[in-house]
Amino acid sequence: MAKKPKQDKQEVSTTGHTWDGIEEFDNPLPRWWLWVFYATIVWGIWYVIAYPAWPLVNGATAGYKGWSTRGQLEERMTEADAANAEINAKLASAELTEIPDDPELNAYAVSAGGAVFRTWCAQCHGSGAAGVQAGGYPNLLDDDWLWGGTLDDIHYTIANGIRNDEDPDARWSQMPAFGDILDSESIDRVVNYVMSFSGEPRDAAAASAGEEIFLNNCAACHGDAGGGDIYQGAPNLADAIWLYGGEYETIRETVTNARFGIMPPMGGADLSEAETRAVAVYVHQLGGGM
Amino acid sequence: MTNYIKLIALGLITLFALIAANYARDLAYLVNALTVALVAGGLFLWVLKHTDEPGARGDLSGEYMDGVVRAGVVATALWGVVGFLAGTFIAFQLAFPELNFEWAQGYANFGRLRPLHTSAVIFAFAGNALIATSFYVVQRTCAARLWGGNLAWFVFWGYQLVIVLAATGYLLGATQSKEYAEPEWYVDWWLTIVWLAYLAVFVGTIVKRREPHIYVANWFYLAFIITIAMLHVVNNLSIPVSIWGSKSVQVFSGVQDAMVQWWYGHNAVGFLLTAGFLGMMYYFVPKQAERPVFSYKLSIIHFWALIFLYIWAGPHHLHYTALPDWASTLGMVFSVVLWMPSWGGMINGLMTLSGAWDKLRTDPIIRMMVISIGFYGMSTFEGPMMSIRAVNSLSHYTDWTIGHVHSGALGWNGMITFGALYFLVPKLWNRERLYSLSLVSWHFWLATIGIILYAAAMWVTGIMEGLMWREVDANGFLVNSFADTVAAKFPMYVVRGLGGVMYLSGALIMCYNLWMTVKRSPAARAASSTVPAE
Repeated sequence: MAKKPKQDKQEVSTTGHTWDGIEEFDNPLPRWWLWVFYATIVWGIWYVIAYPAWPLVNGATAGYKGWSTRGQLEERMTEADAANAEINAKLASAELTEIPDDPELNAYAVSAGGAVFRTWCAQCHGSGAAGVQAGGYPNLLDDDWLWGGTLDDIHYTIANGIRNDEDPDARWSQMPAFGDILDSESIDRVVNYVMSFSGEPRDAAAASAGEEIFLNNCAACHGDAGGGDIYQGAPNLADAIWLYGGEYETIRETVTNARFGIMPPMGGADLSEAETRAVAVYVHQLGGGM
Repeated sequence: MTNYIKLIALGLITLFALIAANYARDLAYLVNALTVALVAGGLFLWVLKHTDEPGARGDLSGEYMDGVVRAGVVATALWGVVGFLAGTFIAFQLAFPELNFEWAQGYANFGRLRPLHTSAVIFAFAGNALIATSFYVVQRTCAARLWGGNLAWFVFWGYQLVIVLAATGYLLGATQSKEYAEPEWYVDWWLTIVWLAYLAVFVGTIVKRREPHIYVANWFYLAFIITIAMLHVVNNLSIPVSIWGSKSVQVFSGVQDAMVQWWYGHNAVGFLLTAGFLGMMYYFVPKQAERPVFSYKLSIIHFWALIFLYIWAGPHHLHYTALPDWASTLGMVFSVVLWMPSWGGMINGLMTLSGAWDKLRTDPIIRMMVISIGFYGMSTFEGPMMSIRAVNSLSHYTDWTIGHVHSGALGWNGMITFGALYFLVPKLWNRERLYSLSLVSWHFWLATIGIILYAAAMWVTGIMEGLMWREVDANGFLVNSFADTVAAKFPMYVVRGLGGVMYLSGALIMCYNLWMTVKRSPAARAASSTVPAE
């Protein structure tokens, strides 16, 4: 096409058409442009032979490289699974409580468990595991455990969840809504009494009047001194750590309507035993494990 | 006589819209029906008032129809500011979620405002720019008045109605949930009617042209109008749940629906934002530079190559999804081959300035056009690159895509439109010159720096996000949670918002400058007759 040597701009003629004063030069196609265009076409022809491209009656040409997106995924998954197969088997069969004592197994479990946590648990508990008080999602960094903080406890909670309908072995308990049981004044008193466990009540007179109400209605689960009971998931009310918040209004809301926090088994995922154990080890070592 | 037919039609539409409002099943439909009733009723009264008045003045065929272009210029500038403002606001909503005000939940949260922003800039700003400039260009390059009498006015006002119905619908929750095709079924039907009228006006004018050849700008405009009609109709095939409600059900489902959607979505970019705007470039760049177009041959080859290749590129939006591999391959190959045909337009635009490079120093409007072509070249390189599967696996779903779109939209579409508006306003309002060239310079620098802040911020967050998503530790486990990547993006989101503020400020300066041009600049000699250019 562009055989002639490059002409001086002044010598190029126009096509002779004019529209509203606009003319057009009769310049040839720039050579580099044309050759790159040809090159992309040649590359394109090679690519549609090499990769799946041409739709036929049943399916499409597979391309001589035999590549596919699903194949690529499968290959990588197989690779990753193969690389960790041995240590996964060891993790699944080891005595749970002994995992932290095996440095290699422990490091692997923390790394694998962290990935599981950030994918399946972080939505509620936060990516740093500090929980979200407004939603009643417990902080996993402290040493205050609703259902127990040993490796076995944590593993059970993760595997079966809390108050869910999916798993018959889920941890279960239910606080009654005292709005139906106590009158408004009694609720005010018991809330003030609960506040006095860990700090200043809003109303000292009401607080002392609340003790009897507490012992009659709350102590069965939360304990006479408000220390809680991990076998029923009854929170410790005396440690200044609050699941939903420790202000008067929030506690009053909790007492009146009760709470019913749910956790799905395995965070809603379909985790393998190795993964469940890994995430249990990860949560256990975050700082609050007992 | 025609007035009586109009009165009957408008009366019936008003009546039907009022009945529809009465039976409306949702708020968006109710408000839209009332809007239609108000518009049709108002027009009814207007026609009634003007019936039996003496007819229009004499034969207008020797004069260009510029009133509708003037209206289009005003609409372009106004919708531009609305679109940029919405965009800047939602950019800050992403940086500071508190701006999703509690009291405005369900109306002004990010999810409702985002389609308002995209539609305002793509359809209201860019769409009006294309309609206005195409009406101007086709008259000048055909030496003929627009065909169809007041049909051009119908196109203009009909299109504004589409925008208003769509925008109020979004805020009140009427959406098909298809990106860039959110308006519900009745707005789609109305847009189809308006668009066919647009096609008729444009083709009618070309048919009655007094120039022997059709100028290249008109090829691009025509390709844009025809293809958008086809894309719009196919992608919006849906069945209304009720004629009294806004909800409709798509005809396609699953991956077919996704494929049709991205065939549409990509070609809305390809034909509206690329082909249409190339038409704009092919007229305004040689006019402003006062230089002939660089190569006629290149314009033919790159036009046909672009038109043929673009329509196949859509599947690259669906790499690594349920879309079959063969379709994804074809989308990728056509996108890469599209690289040079896209650059043909860049070469023709930039090389048209050879021999006039000195004007870059003296004419801020040329500078605007040049940087616009520069961004065009960059985006049309970035696009094919991002369509390559290996690159896409990193860039897909990240902010890189947002950055890519905005370097095209703010850089190419925005800047060339600003250049065209600066060119058009003195001509359309018979002014000797613009009110202030130094304000044009201010606009140029604000917009350019704004785009660079925006695009650079999105490249950084996009690539960072993509890398964080795939980062694994020594055992092959993912290192970051999704929330970690969101938190890491915060500083760049603020930079992006600042870029938006600068771009918006530039546009406001332009509006002021254009307004003062109309108000203050000295009048020029009128020259609006349809004389062939020899």
